[in-house]
Amino acid sequence: MIRTAATLAIFVLSGSAGELAVTHGMKKAGAPDRLRIKPVLSFLGRAFCTGWFWVGVPLMALSFYLLMVLLSWEPISLVIPASALSYVVGTLGAKYILKEDVNGVRWAGVLLVCIGVAIVAAG
Amino acid sequence: MSHERKLRLKTLVMVFAMMVCATTGDSLLKRGMTEIGPVTLDHAGLFQAFRLAMTSPTIWLAIFFLIGFMLSNMTVLSWADYSYVMPASAFGYVAVTFVGMTVLGETVSPRRWIGVALICAGVFLVGQTKPSTSAVAEAVQ
Repeated sequence: MIRTAATLAIFVLSGSAGELAVTHGMKKAGAPDRLRIKPVLSFLGRAFCTGWFWVGVPLMALSFYLLMVLLSWEPISLVIPASALSYVVGTLGAKYILKEDVNGVRWAGVLLVCIGVAIVAAG
Repeated sequence: MSHERKLRLKTLVMVFAMMVCATTGDSLLKRGMTEIGPVTLDHAGLFQAFRLAMTSPTIWLAIFFLIGFMLSNMTVLSWADYSYVMPASAFGYVAVTFVGMTVLGETVSPRRWIGVALICAGVFLVGQTKPSTSAVAEAVQ
């Protein structure tokens, strides 16, 4: 039980930290002008050269590996509902680290999604 | 088309691509890991799990779809907020429920319907906010 809870906590924290780092890197790389093959490939080229991307990838890889480990230990109906906490952790990170404007409406939406995902996955 | 409307539309397209890739990839990953069996947390067990995962076609197909998810996620995050994209991508749970019910003829429990309704309401609320608010994104645009 403690082993699963600790692994789950590291899974959620590393996943959220990785996604926040990648998000910051993508903003630094700058959005593609248009959603066409050439501008998107050019954007991906810039994105792969940002340092924040390479900070995020190992953290996301750790999270991905821990997800595989958790799924082999516990039923998906337990793992995915618990991982819904990452919606809240990620939003906190977006607000305080990335300085996104998370207003009351967005918070309400995130919390509803978090509870909804937990209920759906538990079923 | 106004800048705001164009931004919402291209965000919606990319979130849809993310949703399709993530749902397919996760389903294949679960199937592949179930085929491998329980993983033990010692050196030999972890190495064995890694070796089996890397030789499983199901896991490789899952990785292909998850790379598709990652690339579309990277692209949309170059202009949209993380706190906007992340909850919106949860709409995949709603899509899976409707596909299960209409295509596979599955019975959906009342509890699942409650969860689906909450996700829809949450995505609707998030969708009412501006897709991009962070200072870095605005500076780049």
